[in-house]
Amino acid sequence: MFAEYSTSDLLSIFAMQGVAGLILFSVFVLMALGLAIIFGQMGVINMAHGEFMILGAYVTYLTSHVFETYLPSLFSLYFILAMVLAFIAAGALGALVEWGIIRHLYNRPLDTLLATWGLSLILQQTYRSVFGAREVGVTLPDWLMGSVKVSETIELPINGLFVMCLALGISTAVGILMYRSRWGTQVRAVVQNRPMAGAVGINTAKVDRITFALGCGIAGVAGSAFTMIGSTGPTSGQLYIVDTFLVVVFGGATSLLGTIASAFTISQAQSTMEFFMSGSMAKVLTLLFVVFILMLRPQGLFTLKVRR
Amino acid sequence: MSYQGLASLFPKKEISGFLVLAVLLVVVLPLSLDIFRLNLMGKYLTYAFVAIGLVLCWGYGGILSLGQGVFFGLGGYLMAMFLKLEASDPITTKIQSTPGIPDFMDWNQITALPFFWKPFYSFPFTIAAILIIPAIIAYLVGAAMFKRRVGGVYFAIITQAIAAILTILIIGQQGYTGGVNGMTDLRTLLGWDIRSDQAKYILYFVCVGMLFLCLFVAQFVRKSKFGRLLVAMRDKEDRVRFSGYDVSNFKIFVFCLGAVFAAIGGALFTLQVGFMSPTLVGIVPSIEMVIFCAVGGRMSIIGAVYGALLVNWAKSSLSESFPELWLFALGGLFIAVVMAFPNGLAGLYTTYVAPKIKQWLADFKTPKQPKPQLEAIKESAKPAPRPEPKVQTIGNLGASPLTQGVLHE
Amino acid sequence: MKTLFFKGEQAKALTKTAKAISWKTCLFTLAASFAFSTAHAADVNTTGLAVTDKTVKVGILHSVTGTMAISETGSVQAEKLAIEQINAMGGVLGRKIEFIQEDGASDWPTFAEKSKKLLVNDKAAAVFGCWTSASRKAVLPIFEQYNGMLYYPTFYEGLEQSKNVIYTGQEATQQIIAGIDWVTKTKGAKSFYLLGSDYIWPRTSNKIARKHIEKLGLKVVGEEYYPLGHTQFNSVINKIKLTKPDVIYAIVVGGSNVAFYKQLKAAGIDMTKEKPLVLTISVTEDEVLGIGGENMQGAYASMKYFQSLTNDNNTKFVAAFKARWGKDVVIGDVTQAAYLGPWLWKAAVEKAGSFDIDKVRAASPGIELTTAPEGYVKIHPNHHLWSKTRIGHARPDGQYDVVFETKDLIEPDPFPKGYQ
Repeated sequence: MFAEYSTSDLLSIFAMQGVAGLILFSVFVLMALGLAIIFGQMGVINMAHGEFMILGAYVTYLTSHVFETYLPSLFSLYFILAMVLAFIAAGALGALVEWGIIRHLYNRPLDTLLATWGLSLILQQTYRSVFGAREVGVTLPDWLMGSVKVSETIELPINGLFVMCLALGISTAVGILMYRSRWGTQVRAVVQNRPMAGAVGINTAKVDRITFALGCGIAGVAGSAFTMIGSTGPTSGQLYIVDTFLVVVFGGATSLLGTIASAFTISQAQSTMEFFMSGSMAKVLTLLFVVFILMLRPQGLFTLKVRR
Repeated sequence: MSYQGLASLFPKKEISGFLVLAVLLVVVLPLSLDIFRLNLMGKYLTYAFVAIGLVLCWGYGGILSLGQGVFFGLGGYLMAMFLKLEASDPITTKIQSTPGIPDFMDWNQITALPFFWKPFYSFPFTIAAILIIPAIIAYLVGAAMFKRRVGGVYFAIITQAIAAILTILIIGQQGYTGGVNGMTDLRTLLGWDIRSDQAKYILYFVCVGMLFLCLFVAQFVRKSKFGRLLVAMRDKEDRVRFSGYDVSNFKIFVFCLGAVFAAIGGALFTLQVGFMSPTLVGIVPSIEMVIFCAVGGRMSIIGAVYGALLVNWAKSSLSESFPELWLFALGGLFIAVVMAFPNGLAGLYTTYVAPKIKQWLADFKTPKQPKPQLEAIKESAKPAPRPEPKVQTIGNLGASPLTQGVLHE
Repeated sequence: MKTLFFKGEQAKALTKTAKAISWKTCLFTLAASFAFSTAHAADVNTTGLAVTDKTVKVGILHSVTGTMAISETGSVQAEKLAIEQINAMGGVLGRKIEFIQEDGASDWPTFAEKSKKLLVNDKAAAVFGCWTSASRKAVLPIFEQYNGMLYYPTFYEGLEQSKNVIYTGQEATQQIIAGIDWVTKTKGAKSFYLLGSDYIWPRTSNKIARKHIEKLGLKVVGEEYYPLGHTQFNSVINKIKLTKPDVIYAIVVGGSNVAFYKQLKAAGIDMTKEKPLVLTISVTEDEVLGIGGENMQGAYASMKYFQSLTNDNNTKFVAAFKARWGKDVVIGDVTQAAYLGPWLWKAAVEKAGSFDIDKVRAASPGIELTTAPEGYVKIHPNHHLWSKTRIGHARPDGQYDVVFETKDLIEPDPFPKGYQ
């Protein structure tokens, strides 16, 4: 299939395809990180994860409107503020949900799954009632659009690079938070042995609430970032949810490193195959590949060794 | 089965529940509803099959599968394949470029019937496939997971991922499966028009009959030693394992049983509704089926039937008048069932209604010597001494054995 | 009940009581009930439909919840507007139209269930609804079995012709061939890249497009399908860059649309430069709302209606639509087609002098509408509409400039010879 193209063409396409794979990887990491943190810490699968992301997207939409109307001169900077606001909004809602629902169900992780699913339905309908059933268009500042010309034939999308940086930044921040901060030590202590952590004076309830809020907040930031590459509507969250779950399941669900590794594997597999065959077929093959690996290794790529 | 066997299978206390359900489904509903509503009830009952399977898997076994739509869908699709082949004989499909193959294949430029479709010309094969294929798939999934001691939430999300994958596969392979549209326009079963009102009546009763068959099987499982082992496993898996049982095989079996129930439900769905679509396979329907079971009471097979009927009836009537409200109501229901009454309708019944009825019956039997009110209440509230531990008595779930069952540590 | 006139809810309640009574009378006749459900239809008038001397009931069946609510909202608004306008003009055959709205919830079995309710329980004289092909396929057997009448608004893949459906949108050949002819003639396009969401409409449409392109002696350099809801298009954009087609022929739908055009722009393909040129048949003004006008600027769309059409019918329609549903609302091709439904039905009923489905069907072919916002339409004997096809050029404000319009009405041909 490549005979008719020149070598330089092919080289630059492979370079861009590599970048496309990395962008997909970053998108997966952003999607799955929040979910993985919450699951790893509390054993809670947050089925409303997609809706938290869309909350972030709607916050971005509102912020862009406010800036357009009141501060048109600062419009180019609104996106940064929007991400912060998205983090705060989604995090606050997360804390509220933890307080209202999740904390009553800590001993019943399967039930939290159902309760958060109920929550996702309610959130979807709320978005629909507030913002209307149609998708909203988020206007982006000019500097986020367009591409960087590396050479005559290689062009890299700026929003893709932005997502990559964001994914890198957030992963690093979470890594530092988890493994270098006092709070991270507490979290890990609670994960390993909840009663003992409580006994040495860690406020486990508070740790849980902050963790849940953090996971939701990251989802909000991801949603905010995805307004650059995807749609914003009441049900858009569901577009991401399947991929998110696959990444988390495949990664082993309890380890952040696993999540990142699995995001990398799936994204590279998918984007490589997408190049050689139809997108639909590539998706199916990726999924079959994931299922096959899961059959061999149902606990995922990386797992914490836990005796049962 | 001997009389004694039957008596132990249906203790006096429980047989009334079956009788009431039978009277409701066989007599009351057919007489009071027109055929349109009755057909709807029949459709809702097909979800009850899934819910019964979930009671066994989840309520008893502590295995929450969020992928029951896979098996429901498989049953439905296998049945639909047979009906579709019957509906696409060369005469009715003569305007196609390749007559004699299903219309969607023709639209997708497929010119010959794929090999795996061919056996579905045979009705016995189809029936066998509906029962066996989902069981095999459940076995493969179950064996892969349970042998490696994967359970709890992790099992739930893997089954969910499988549901998502199957949906994408079905939609992606539209030449073989009908894609997003599903398999539509199914008309006859062995030459018998399934769209007529008369056929709908008959199918409804077939559905009720099959439902009771499944209920009896489920009851048998509950009452057998296996049923008690399931509960024990749910509550303290390790102790069962240390007692020398192979825990994973029990789990695999109950998961397969749930899958077969779901597949039967799916096949009956196709017959009654007249088509099958990928919207019944994915994550959303799979989770909704869990809520039918949860609303009915995760420990009660009869409750599961009521749960399926009630939630769907509410959905249908609420969405007729307030479509926007329906999602709020359904979402609220999820949260409420989980937080406020985890034992569902059956739990409410055993905690609040049953004592009242008992008291009323007691008053009725001995009207001459009325007991002081207070004592009567005390007596009825006190659980009667039971010959064997009954699962229904788990009234307060918040801090009871069930909790430990689903906790995975 | 015949002599009474109740509005809206009251009438609904009344029919319900009437039905409840009729259930009760049948309570102990299980044996007889096999025959009964068809027999008791005669309680309103001879045609067995919900028609009284003052009112006639119709159904509106779209998704107002779920993923398809995004697209179907406009159709519901258009149908309601048309019904209100018809009522303001005195109704149909002197009867006010009352509509019963049902929610298909983006779920095909629900569509089937609700359509059955509308036909069997509500005895709707006509149903305006459905959007996706899947929902239409799900309700079709029911309309055929109970002999209902469906007015279906969406442009679709063709390959279908039912006596119980009037297709008010374009079938694939109407929409596609004119567009490709235009792009080859005026823009000198030589090579095409076909892209679509993976289901029957894009696949069939691309099949027709490919046949036509090859007939013209031109080249298709790639054909790709992505699952519905797919959000990552960087790989296909790279392939497009590699193959350097003159035209990207895109039939992406739903949320994927937004992702595709945003990523296309981000990858440095500026559609205003028309290198390559983007021609779509799936992005109406409704979709541009979600994509954002600035991301869509410069693309071409080929369909029968654009909000910016300048004729008196359309000016009035747009004004009425905005007065009814708010000034920010946009009107796409399907919305306009949905608006035609009630008017075409009214014309057919008046021509037939009856609400009877068979008579309305017999009267339908040849019905003309000179007041259609798109100009003039006429029902073909194959139940599709004769219509013009237009090319729109996307502006940054989310509207299209109409740059081309076929001279004559195009004949609908749902089973095109040589394109299958």
